[in-house]
Amino acid sequence: MSETENRTPLLRVHDLHVYYGAIHAIKGISLEVYKNEIVTLIGANGAGKSTTLNTIAGLLKPRQGTVELEGTVLNGLGASRIVPKGLSLCPEGRRIFQQMTVRENLEMGSYTRPNSEIAASLEEMFQRFPRLKERERQIAGTLSGGEQQMLAMARALMSRPSILMLDEPSMGLAPILVEQIFDIITELHQAGTTILLVEQNAQMALQVADRAYVMETGHITLQGPAEDLLHNEAVQKAYLGS
Amino acid sequence: MIFLDNLINGLSLGSIYAIIALGYTMVYGIAKMLNFAHGDVIMVGAYIAFCGLQYWGLPPVIAILAAMAVCTVLGVTIEGLAYRPLRQAASLAVLITAIGMSYLLQNIALMIWGANPKFFPPTFINSTTFKLGQLNISSATVITILANIVIMVGLTLFTAKTKMGKAMRCVSEDRGAAELMGINVNRTISVTFAIGSALAAIAGVLLCSSYPTLQPTTGSMPGIKAFTAAVFGGIGSIPGAMLGGVLLGVIEIFGKAYISTELGDAIVFAVLIVVLLVKPSGLLGKPVREKV
Ligand SMILES: Nc1ncnc2c1ncn2[C@@H]1O[C@H](COP(=O)(O)OP(=O)(O)OP(=O)(O)O)[C@@H](O)[C@H]1O
Ligand SMILES: [Mg+2]
Repeated sequence: MSETENRTPLLRVHDLHVYYGAIHAIKGISLEVYKNEIVTLIGANGAGKSTTLNTIAGLLKPRQGTVELEGTVLNGLGASRIVPKGLSLCPEGRRIFQQMTVRENLEMGSYTRPNSEIAASLEEMFQRFPRLKERERQIAGTLSGGEQQMLAMARALMSRPSILMLDEPSMGLAPILVEQIFDIITELHQAGTTILLVEQNAQMALQVADRAYVMETGHITLQGPAEDLLHNEAVQKAYLGS
Repeated sequence: MIFLDNLINGLSLGSIYAIIALGYTMVYGIAKMLNFAHGDVIMVGAYIAFCGLQYWGLPPVIAILAAMAVCTVLGVTIEGLAYRPLRQAASLAVLITAIGMSYLLQNIALMIWGANPKFFPPTFINSTTFKLGQLNISSATVITILANIVIMVGLTLFTAKTKMGKAMRCVSEDRGAAELMGINVNRTISVTFAIGSALAAIAGVLLCSSYPTLQPTTGSMPGIKAFTAAVFGGIGSIPGAMLGGVLLGVIEIFGKAYISTELGDAIVFAVLIVVLLVKPSGLLGKPVREKV
């Protein structure tokens, strides 16, 4: 990763503190994501991974610290004004619009873009996710779990983000579908998408990622090339079950 | 004949309830709050139309448009000043604020227009009576029922087809996910209040065209009934508001005609209770699913 060191990061989080009322959930974390990287954030349940992503996306307000996207400070903008700047979050639990059709869900993903550009993006998503094309008019709530996850990812891509954040895309999916989701992540990466990935499945995440951060109770405790962490003893003990 | 007479009156009264219920149901669906001041916005709308007709000599259509404009501004202002600061607050706090807002509007109306009832002047809405065999149907009845249908179809198309309408459905389903799409939730809620309040003005004029006494409490009872209708039909559902409103009007008129004049309102609420016992989410409401 030596080549990334002197470039400015696409996403830069510095000394972030987030509270839920009196609960200090994120205790001063810093992280960077460079263009065309996959960076993964792993950690146990409740470590604060989702809180971190939600804060970067603007759903939560940090009490301290900064979030910068391509040099622009995003703090205090609120999620709806951050999306058009090129940052998209595919949230934990998918949160697709259950009562809308697949197509409507995708269209909502490009809410902030001019109508004239939507058709091309839709076509692109249908090519990448042929399953969604077959189910274009189906009510999203009736999709299977795997299809819902694909829809959630496609919807997040419909804003044409310069960085895509994925919060546990493999959650609750059968192993074969987990494979598929990770294949898609790899494909997106090869197509030039920058990705910040939060995963419980540390093994798979570390295999696809370039770099990784390990979170524990609101702190980042380890960071480095994904390959190194994959072979790190502490990580193996705590997250890889070996 | 009396049966048909009652049925038509019931449909007409029910149509007014339905138009008011739409305001409750849309605001509930999108902002997740009960806007108890909604009934009083109707009253304000009726007073503005009254002033337009009686004092300012406006043509009826212009008076109605003026009432709609004032109510729209009023609804959006109430939302922005009173409800928006409480967006993260407990729902009980919001409810109490809404009740307070209701009393505030009634008392402002009392200050401006006094306690004496005003007589809402006749307009094109209630100027003619159609004879159909032995039936006498007032034009107000016909216009009210037609207005209800037009509004219902219009709103259904609006939420199904337009970008703002779709944004409303998103906010209603999942506010956080809607924000992640780039939807401005506050603006969406404002537009919802604007639409609901403009409809309240129309409902106020229609109400006073059929029941022409106007006083500061005019909006309360229809407001509560319409709220009941919204719950009856399934709060949050647009067709539910229509169905609930119309059924409620018909039940009320039939109850008064065939069972007891005094107990008319009690019958309405008894039916509501029975429906909610059998189907807690209302006639067309979706069962509430706990989020995992
Ligand atoms: N809305 C909330 N109110 C209060 N505390 C919260 C809230 N959301 C999360 N927390 C707390 O903040 C901490 C971090 O939670 P977070 O959801 O970010 O963890 P996570 O790393 O994403 O966990 P998981 O892997 O289970 O998704 C936890 O202790 C959690 O209990
Ligand atoms: Mg999480």
